[in-house]
This record gives sequence, C-alpha cells and structure tokens, in this order.
Amino acid sequence: MPSFKRIREGVIEAVVRASGVASIVIVTLIFVFLLKEGLGLFRTHGAAGFLLGRQWYPISEPPLFGILPLILGSILVTLGAAAISIPLGIGAAIYIAEVAPSYLKEILKSGVEILAAIPSVVLGFVGLATVVPWIKALFGLPTGLTALSGSVVLAFMAMPTIVSIAEDALHTVPRSYKDGAYALGATRWQTIHRVVLPAAAPGIVAAVMLGIGRVIGETMAVMMITGNAASIPKDLVHPVRTLTATIAAEMGETVQGSDHYFALFSIGIVLFIITFLINMTADAFLHREAR
Amino acid sequence: MKQFLMTLMMFVILTAAAQPVWAAKNAGSIQVKGSDTMVNLVQGWAEKYTEKEPEAFIAVTGGGSGTGLAALINGTTDIAVSSREIKAQEKEMASKKGIEAREIQVARDGLAVVVHPSNPVSHLTMDQLADIFSGKVTNWTAVGGQDEPITILSREVNSGTHVYFKEHVLRKGDSKSTAEFSPDALLLSSSQAIADEVKSNKGAIGYYGMGYISPDQKALLVAKDASSQPEPPTEEHVIKGDYPISRPLYFYVSGEGSPELKKFLEYILSPEGQSVVSEMDFVPIKK
Repeated sequence: MPSFKRIREGVIEAVVRASGVASIVIVTLIFVFLLKEGLGLFRTHGAAGFLLGRQWYPISEPPLFGILPLILGSILVTLGAAAISIPLGIGAAIYIAEVAPSYLKEILKSGVEILAAIPSVVLGFVGLATVVPWIKALFGLPTGLTALSGSVVLAFMAMPTIVSIAEDALHTVPRSYKDGAYALGATRWQTIHRVVLPAAAPGIVAAVMLGIGRVIGETMAVMMITGNAASIPKDLVHPVRTLTATIAAEMGETVQGSDHYFALFSIGIVLFIITFLINMTADAFLHREAR
Repeated sequence: MKQFLMTLMMFVILTAAAQPVWAAKNAGSIQVKGSDTMVNLVQGWAEKYTEKEPEAFIAVTGGGSGTGLAALINGTTDIAVSSREIKAQEKEMASKKGIEAREIQVARDGLAVVVHPSNPVSHLTMDQLADIFSGKVTNWTAVGGQDEPITILSREVNSGTHVYFKEHVLRKGDSKSTAEFSPDALLLSSSQAIADEVKSNKGAIGYYGMGYISPDQKALLVAKDASSQPEPPTEEHVIKGDYPISRPLYFYVSGEGSPELKKFLEYILSPEGQSVVSEMDFVPIKK
C-alpha cells in the first residue's frame, strides 16, 4: 500500500509528463492529418507536376496545380525580408546587449516586445496604407503591391524574434572573454567584432533562422500587400503570390474532399517541411552553443 | 511506451473519423453566407425583413460565392448566396451529402469594367476585354490608349465574380475554351480592394458589381462586338440586355427549408423585397 505522499508524487509526475509529451503529440497529429488530406492530391496529380508546375489555376477544368510560382514567391519575399531584418536585428541586438546604457536597454527591450505583440493584420493594414504607396512612388511602379512591400513589412515581423534571441545569445558570452579582450588593449568595437560576435555566433544564427521561420509562415500581411499574382516572379518589384496567402485566400472556396482541397493541404505539407527544416537548423545551432 | 502509442493511435482514428458539426441550428435563426458582391444587398434584405419580423434572426456573412456553396454542402449555412451558377461537381458533392441544392434567382447584376479616371479609353469590345484580361495585350496603346503598361486586377478564385468574368468574358460562354486570366493578374480579395487600386494606378483595369461604381473609377462602355453600340453599365441597359456583362444572382437552399426560411424567401421575391434591390444599385428580376 503506497503512502498518500507517493501517490501524490506519482500523479504530479504523470501530469507533468503528459504536458511535456502533449506538444509532440499535437505536432505529430497535425502532420498525420496534413499527410492524410494532402496526399490525396497525388492519386490524381503527379508530385513533380505539383512542385515544378508553373501554372496555378485551381478552379479551371481541368485544374492546374503547379506551385513553383508560389514557392518562388514565398522564397523571394522571405529573402527580401531577411536582407532587411538580419542586419537591423543583429545591429539592434548588439546595441542593446553591449552598447546601450542600462536605462535605455530596458526601454528598447520593451519596445521590441511591443513590436512582437502587434497583430499581423494590423501591420498588413499599416503597410497597405504606408509602404505600398511609398514603394510605388520610389520605384515609379504601376502598382505598389509587390514582393518588396511584403518584405519590408515582414522584416518588422521578424525583427523582434531576431533581436530578442540574438540579444540573449550576446548576453550569455562570458564576462571573462570581454575582460580578456580589453586587457589586450582592444577597443570596444574590436571586442564586439572579434570576440563577442564569434562567441555568440551559433545563437545569432539560430535567432536568424527563427526569424525567417516566422516570415515564411506569415499569411495575413503578405496576402494584403503582395498582389497575389501567381506568375514566376521576375524581381522584387513585381507582384507575387505566396504559399501561405494561397491557402488563406482559397481555403473558403474548396469543398471538402475535392482536388483543390487536397492541393491546399499539400501546400500545407510543403510549408510544414520548410519551417520544420528551418527550425531544425536553428535548433542544431542552439545546441552547438550549449555544448 | 506501448500505452502511449495506443493513445496516439486512438487520437488519430478519432480525428480521422470526426466530422465538423458546428452548423448553427438555433430555432428561427437563418445563416446566410456567400457572395461578397451581394453582401450589402443581403444585409439590406435582412435589415428590412427583421424590421417587419422582429423575432427573425438572420446572420449574413460574405467570403465569396464558392465559400457560400462550400458551406451549404458542408452543412454550415442555410442559404448560400452566389453570383454564379452552382457547378455540376458541387451539385454532385451536395447530393452525396444528402443535400438537394435548390436554385432561386433573386436579382440581376451588371459587371462594370473600370479604369483610372485619367485613362483616355472610354469603351472596349468584349474581344478587347478578353485580350486584355488574358494577357495577350499588355499595353494600353493596343486598344487606343496612352503608352502605359496594363495592370490587370481580378478577384480571388473564391469569388463568383471571378468565375463569371472568366466564363463569360475570357471564354465568351464557350465551355470548350481554355482561356485563363493572365498569370500576372493581381488577385485581390475584395471589390473594395479593386476600387482602391484602380483609384491609384493609372494603368489598372478591373471589374466589380455596378453597385460599386464611384467617381474615383471610370466605368467603361462595353460593346458586344465591333459592330454594336457600346453601352454603359446601368440598370436600364442591363434590363434591356444590350449591356453584355450582366448576370443573374442566386440563392441556393437545401430542399424546401424551414418555415422561417420560406417566409424570408417569399419576402425577397415580393415587390417590397425587390425594391431593396434597386435601392442597392442592383437590377430587380421583375419590374
């Protein structure tokens, strides 16, 4: 007969274990569900035609499910956002962690957190009213609904993730490293550039990857400001259609069990795999740092 | 571990077997869902009707004709509002789920083709429209305008307006035609988004229901072919039938429907209901 204490310990342990396993179970279930619904498409359409097809006409007879323009659209918007948010984000992290006086540090940190809390539809709306006309005027374009507009707005969405994780990484660089550098007569910039940054590099890479993961999965803002034209993107100042916007825009139209419905789930699988790989990379770097 | 795997399997089986059952079934409430083009019109009907019948409760949502029909098939709405006819495939899906989709024509609509007010082009033929929207023609000079690239604006694929425009303008009603919108066409999520883009883009061309026409966009006169007279998208010309891009608007309901539903449908087809149609800048089915 176990004592009351032991039963209690057992119950608590079980609850904690269940919470721990829950997220894995949920991810597995989501993936199984995606596979179950998405693979239905490949009974009638080839995987190569799906991934490499250049035409996306989902409601025509017969429908054309080629997601290459959508994949390239997502990649282009993401690369643009990365090009803007990585230098800005890492710069901000260095400033907060190494340069800023302590009172400013706290203000900046909460500022970054507030930026993270803005709902994406609000950012999209603000982008539509400000960034879109600005890009249109700046490049003399017929329309401001372009990949670049999406990149600019998404850069602000990736910034908080990059700043806060990179700042954490910089913060964990041992004090002794910096003291050593200063003792050798290095200036502050030399110390940051030659000692602190290399020491924090794995954490910074992880920060960048997680920021990019956020960008590629973002939906509402890109749908509002990238124009959603499903052609192979020529450059940053043309409209593009992303994977996420396609799912969001077309989900309502589809009848459960139709090919179009399966195709949208297949896009979901592609997105899931992309974000999974990005997170795995980030994780690998974070673990390297831990060792 | 074994137990854990069992639980996991149970989960998978349960999720696979579960069907969505969130259809609102409040007594007396009517769910109406579908066409964004018609959402103001349906809202107008719902308001006038609930003034008359205070105990009726009508919930109106947009989302596009395809969305409405999908909801009807999935059993989550009582009325699907659609600016296009139901597809054979959708009808089949519905009957598979035990739903007999009944069609009721409730109004007519003219589709206005709009350009920036400064655009010198004032009328086009149906053939020219098809060339522009399918991407065969990419500069306004080809149709007598200034040297300005054409920005094609279309609605998203869940829009009945998108489908109607493709079938009746791009494909000219020929079911064997495979004409498509140009892949460079911007797919926007609402008529308002099209109106806003046309307002600010000198080379833009878009389409929407004639109820949306405003001084910020110029509605083009459209001719059936090169030899006929171009006509403006007005109620008069839609009724006469000489404005070539007009279409019937539909409600789809499942079978006979509840007594509340029947009463609402009777109201819509009554002269009183049809007067709301004119007020909202659509065209009544009977005059």
